[in-house]
Amino acid sequence: MRHLLSTEDLGRSNAIRILDTAEEMAAVGEREVKKLPTLRGRTVVNLFFEDSTRTRISFEAAAKRLSADVINFAAKGSSVSKGESLKDTAQTLSAMGADAVVIRHWASGAPHRLAATDWIDAAVINAGDGTHEHPTQALLDAFTMRRHWSRLAGTPSTGADLTGMRVAIAGDVLHSRVARSNVWLLRTLGAEVTLVAPPTLLPIGVEKWPCSVSYDLDETLARGVDAMMMLRVQGERMNASFFPTTREYSRRWGFDDNRLRALDSLGLKDTIIMHPGPMNRGLEISSAAADSPRSTVLAQVRNGVSIRMAALYLLLSGDNREPAHHANSTPSIPAETTSAHVTKESH
Amino acid sequence: MASQQQDAGTGAYLIRGAAILGGAPEDLLIRGGIIAGRGHNLPADGATVIEAAGLVALPGMVDIHTHLREPGREDAETVETGTRAAALGGYTAVHAMANSTPVADTAGVVEQVLTLGRTAGWVDVRPVGAVTVGLAGEQLAELGAMADSRARVRVFSDDGICVHDPVLMRRALEYVKAFDGVVAQHAQEPRLTAGAQMNEGEVSAVLGLTGWPAVAEESIIARDVLLAQHVGSRLHVCHVSTAGSVEIIRWAKSRGVNVTAEVTPHHLWLTDELARSYDPVYKVNPPLRTDADVQALRAALADGTIDVVGTDHAPHPSEHKECEWAQAAMGMTGLETALSVVQHTMIETGLMGWADFARVTSTAPAAIGRVEDQGRPLDAGEPANVTLVDPAARWTVDPSKMATMGRNSPFAGRELPGKVVATFFKGHPTVLDGKLNTPYRWLPETPAAAGTAAAGSN
Repeated sequence: MRHLLSTEDLGRSNAIRILDTAEEMAAVGEREVKKLPTLRGRTVVNLFFEDSTRTRISFEAAAKRLSADVINFAAKGSSVSKGESLKDTAQTLSAMGADAVVIRHWASGAPHRLAATDWIDAAVINAGDGTHEHPTQALLDAFTMRRHWSRLAGTPSTGADLTGMRVAIAGDVLHSRVARSNVWLLRTLGAEVTLVAPPTLLPIGVEKWPCSVSYDLDETLARGVDAMMMLRVQGERMNASFFPTTREYSRRWGFDDNRLRALDSLGLKDTIIMHPGPMNRGLEISSAAADSPRSTVLAQVRNGVSIRMAALYLLLSGDNREPAHHANSTPSIPAETTSAHVTKESH
Repeated sequence: MASQQQDAGTGAYLIRGAAILGGAPEDLLIRGGIIAGRGHNLPADGATVIEAAGLVALPGMVDIHTHLREPGREDAETVETGTRAAALGGYTAVHAMANSTPVADTAGVVEQVLTLGRTAGWVDVRPVGAVTVGLAGEQLAELGAMADSRARVRVFSDDGICVHDPVLMRRALEYVKAFDGVVAQHAQEPRLTAGAQMNEGEVSAVLGLTGWPAVAEESIIARDVLLAQHVGSRLHVCHVSTAGSVEIIRWAKSRGVNVTAEVTPHHLWLTDELARSYDPVYKVNPPLRTDADVQALRAALADGTIDVVGTDHAPHPSEHKECEWAQAAMGMTGLETALSVVQHTMIETGLMGWADFARVTSTAPAAIGRVEDQGRPLDAGEPANVTLVDPAARWTVDPSKMATMGRNSPFAGRELPGKVVATFFKGHPTVLDGKLNTPYRWLPETPAAAGTAAAGSN
């Protein structure tokens, strides 16, 4: 892997490799000293053209736990707001010796432009581009699901995929990079995905996606769901007639208290409720659902740091080999690197 | 024939053995701005001989849709550079779209563009007048004044923006009947395309780019053909891009509506799959569509449903393309690749011959624009607007070597067939041996000759 731009073109072996590496990184997070020296002397730039404190601090924490130097470059209050182009910004970062650029951009495809042009030589990680993709979010979601799925099966999560898991994703699919990245990655990992949304919030062409589509959340739940992921819905969509009112939206497509109770009556005792955050409590998810024991919202945040550590590690460690394609491929962090450092650092 | 010979100037050329419209080899003698003879074994009689065995002779190409950017955006293109590109591409006339700065919505601006074109001298620059003041879609521009000006405007268009108000469109169609004008519509329903970035379909769904649905084009065309029929006027549809639009135009023509339609070279070949690269060189308006649309457009051009190829040549400074897709300007250059792309997509596929090529790139566009001395048969006594093409040539597109200032060619790096060897404009070779020669020099106009094709010398 040279860049992490999308999950659409992320193969199964690389996906599993990131998830497995994240398991090892998670172990670091459990320690008293949550730090590895792996990326000492390397520079990671968080290039954010769109506000997202959560994603930025998650990447920042990940890079710092790997001992990288972190530069935060926010578009607001920088030369970008004075009209500097993406090209000039990229060339500036390149001249400063950035090894990796974590880019969040309002324009779909901006990370692809950085990776495809000669503006900058660094590894590019897409931290969310427009309504296109958010691959590390999908990876952390898959990581969260895999831990849950493996625990139910009583098997270790390392090396596993999500074969047979039923995942429903409900909300504003049309404008959601999280939905897109999840659909591709979950397909790759063998899960069965159903998108649930008002027809106005599904893209034309969704029928070609490797998933089912439903307009009816209750019917979807009744058919059985192992993970229920709610997407953030912007109330302003109402003004563009995507739905009549936020109340009607909540009644038909929100995960409210009735639906939370329905999980119990349907016998879906192990179904988890997921949300990428930030949540609109009372719109797409009720407080009772968000705070229930089924909710994995905080686990997702925690796992996000592990996933981003894994991505930075794999892109910057210099190990650009394609992983072996058999299922039992060895974990990707060389034992002497991690174990040694972990031992040393954890005292 | 001899009586039409005016100032002979210095140039007489004998084109020896060219396949005229792709037919059997014949000679063409060009002298005094006209085709002085056509036949076999014509005597050179002091004329410069051009050995044209293997070459195809065509009537000089006429572009119904060109953006020359001047006045206002001389950093993108000037009339001089754009018409050099046109001559190299085999053109002898271009219609300069009205979306300059200031907008070509007055007699003054269209006359300025006319003068710039004549000063350059590479092709006949026919200014297009804006339909509405400032392209704002609110109030009719002084169409009559532009029609009566030295520029003799006959094509009116707000191209780049749709005349979306149905009442305004109706009035424009009605009004241009007074001077045999035509309204060239950029068919794009604005509300359905707010923020649109690319064709709405499978690819836009994956890329997360706001969709430009086919229905936004088709609904306007459907409305406009009905309006044109209702008021008995002449409608031209710019850059048709969808299979559905083709169906509507075919239906309208079958009902006798006076509608003509245009397709760009890029819509005859490229599809929205190219947007997967997020490279804005593929960003254009209307957007690249699907392969089903491409095939429908080719069939429509071959069967006459679509009348003409128009380049929609749209040069942009590189900084408007070296950026995020959503930030990038829409448009592609086209003058220097049109012939080759049409050869590749229409002739080498067996859909058309060179005579059809002459119809869609010269005869029909000249007729739409009422360019009387262009798009004529290659016969004795006709104005000598002639393009010589080597159909066997192959070349690789390198935008940095083009005459246009625009580097935004979507065909960069592709190998294309067909090369323009020579272009004769009013009997003068603007292009020889595939290279720019010298421009035609217009004689100063006398009031009596105003607006007519003045004879000139080098």
